[in-house]
Amino acid sequence: MKLRVFHQTAYRYDRPVRNLVQSLRLTPSAFEGQRTHDWAIDVSGGARGPGFRDGAGDWIEGWTVRGPTEEVVVTISGRIETRDTAGVLRGHRELIHPLAYLRDTAATRADAGLRDLAALATDAADPLDLAHRLSATVSDAIAYAPGRTAFHTTAAEALEQGEGVCQDHAHALIAVARLRDLPARYVSGYLHSTAEGEAHEAAHAWAELHVQGLGWVGFDPANRCCPDERYVRLGSGLDASDAAPIRGIAAGQGIETLDVAVNVEEVERFQNQSQSQTQS
Amino acid sequence: MSYYNEMYEGSRVREPYARLSQWVETMPADFRQMKQAEAEALFRRIGITFAVYGEGGDPDRLIPFDMMPRVFEQAEWRRLERGIKQRARALNAFLRDVYGRAEIVRAGRIPARLVYQNEAYEKAVVGVVPPRGVYSHIIGIDLVRTAKDQFYVLEDNCRTPSGVSYMLENREIMMRMFPGLFRGNRIEPVDQYPDLLRRTLESVAPAKCQDRPTCVILTPGHFNSAYYEHSFLANLMGVELVEGADLFVDGEFVFMRTTQGPKRVDVIYRRIDDPFLDPLCFRPDSMLGVPGLMDVYRSGGVSICSAPGAGVADDKAIYTFVPEMVRFYLGEEPLLQNVQTWTLWKDDDYRYVMENLPDLVVKEVHGSGGYGMLVGPKSTREEIEAFRAKIEANPGNYIAQPTLALSTCPTFVAEGLAPRHVDLRPYCLCGDRIELVPGGLTRVALREGSLVVNSSQGGGVKDTWVLSE
Repeated sequence: MKLRVFHQTAYRYDRPVRNLVQSLRLTPSAFEGQRTHDWAIDVSGGARGPGFRDGAGDWIEGWTVRGPTEEVVVTISGRIETRDTAGVLRGHRELIHPLAYLRDTAATRADAGLRDLAALATDAADPLDLAHRLSATVSDAIAYAPGRTAFHTTAAEALEQGEGVCQDHAHALIAVARLRDLPARYVSGYLHSTAEGEAHEAAHAWAELHVQGLGWVGFDPANRCCPDERYVRLGSGLDASDAAPIRGIAAGQGIETLDVAVNVEEVERFQNQSQSQTQS
Repeated sequence: MSYYNEMYEGSRVREPYARLSQWVETMPADFRQMKQAEAEALFRRIGITFAVYGEGGDPDRLIPFDMMPRVFEQAEWRRLERGIKQRARALNAFLRDVYGRAEIVRAGRIPARLVYQNEAYEKAVVGVVPPRGVYSHIIGIDLVRTAKDQFYVLEDNCRTPSGVSYMLENREIMMRMFPGLFRGNRIEPVDQYPDLLRRTLESVAPAKCQDRPTCVILTPGHFNSAYYEHSFLANLMGVELVEGADLFVDGEFVFMRTTQGPKRVDVIYRRIDDPFLDPLCFRPDSMLGVPGLMDVYRSGGVSICSAPGAGVADDKAIYTFVPEMVRFYLGEEPLLQNVQTWTLWKDDDYRYVMENLPDLVVKEVHGSGGYGMLVGPKSTREEIEAFRAKIEANPGNYIAQPTLALSTCPTFVAEGLAPRHVDLRPYCLCGDRIELVPGGLTRVALREGSLVVNSSQGGGVKDTWVLSE
């Protein structure tokens, strides 16, 4: 699939802020399922800082805005060709040992409810089967309901409530997978919604579970599927906060409001209108 | 249990202590009391105090200083020094390895889970190789002695070991109060430590640094129990003492705010823990760190000492594998011995420990400062049973060791000199070279019979001498 991605996040402050620093995980992963045609990151009024590929294989880019300013706009625009790899993250270069993803964070810490949920997946033929069963269990336990949970909602809370969005599904799946000794991590990215698909925001998140013999395999309990060519993978972490595409902080008393626009559309072909960009 | 007395062999005074013995014998009691009061006044005036976590009371409490020095002869020290340097090399090799190809794990010499599920293992720095491949630049190795030639390593401190200011102040005060002692004994100096530390920090400046490196000490602030030490070292090294808010990231580098405008910083000797270093990488709520610092670090724009993630080498569970590290990375036999350690998450070990609690010392895996530990032989039956319940609730949180017969050193008490148990923390510096000043911090358990030397548990300190040839 040839996808054009446009993603704009506008931070507005009621009073000017200075020394805004951001760490961006906003560049598509390099693996067999993705080939980036061109990709541009811009932070208004900002200077590009360090850029490097981290141990998880994510391209991280730091930006600083000296200010003072009342508005900072982060704009991503790019084109990428995707391919269905049945969720398997094949050909992805990373250095971190999977066992490092068995560690809990506050967002994924298990409680009695999650332990019960993890125990529901029985009779698994092999680890891959177990992963599928766990994902289905989470889909059944948490109904898609936007606006009922917040960024700080934990897996345990979402399960208790029985409702949530993709972030909550991913956290819950990560929690139950780790309980069953499967390394699991949070993945942030984009999703192109086709006509027949459920209506989701184009900014999306899912989970990856490490399956012996296959490596990392994506599962999207919010959509009851594994990521395919509609998905654009950006990066991963132990939970949503660790995998956040944008982490930033500014000096000053200004109160921040956020405006996000994401658009992922399919295109027939890539015209060579913008310069091709490659990254090491 | 019999204890090795470092000064006396029966009634005979050991050679290194000969002159000190005369000094003590000829010292009138009232003179000693006067000097002890003088020492206390000096410490108070200099401002060297130590706040003790979780105990309440006076946050500016002094650590008691004992005027009776502890003495090593040259040959003893040389042996220790070789062992310490060897261990420091192995610990850094281990850190380089587990954040890289992890050969030691692949070779099955250390369990993968112990490394990767360790709280101190930072996946954010996997693949990052700090300058000269050094992760831990100041290693405090806690040693105890049980016989003339028998030393054991109690624990390694690879993050930010504290206490070196006491080593320096103890010497300073002894020299000020008893200049005659230093004329009569040939004692190796320790006051070059700040220069060595600065040289060590400068030697690990990032490749992007072109001039003489600018080093700073990053402190969490004056409410930290070791703040005195942070300002003391900054002062002696001639570098700035900064808090997180004094530093900021701009573009690819870290800068310090100064009256002459921003100044680029190349090496940060941080005295704050990993989770607080950078809210954009670790705890988002941390106010102590520098936003964006980790991105600059990971792209080679600044050095952080010790490197984030260095703590995985000094965990009490990893500790049991240090002799294995020495063999694996250096191809040598360890010169310093570990204390035999039972890890309570292993069934056999668990059974043995639970059956022998009254004879053992039990510690929390992530504990420090002498908190949350059981010294079996020194505990009542009720204390032992209460501790047993804690272990049963969470066996994985504990390790156990035999109760060691810690050596004693004569110490001034109300009635004169009396033996008290001691340990030793030398500070090993790792940069382009590995070096340490002759001596370290001797901690002494002031309570009669006590084996816990931590200052938080009523321990005191002594000047530590290494005699020249």
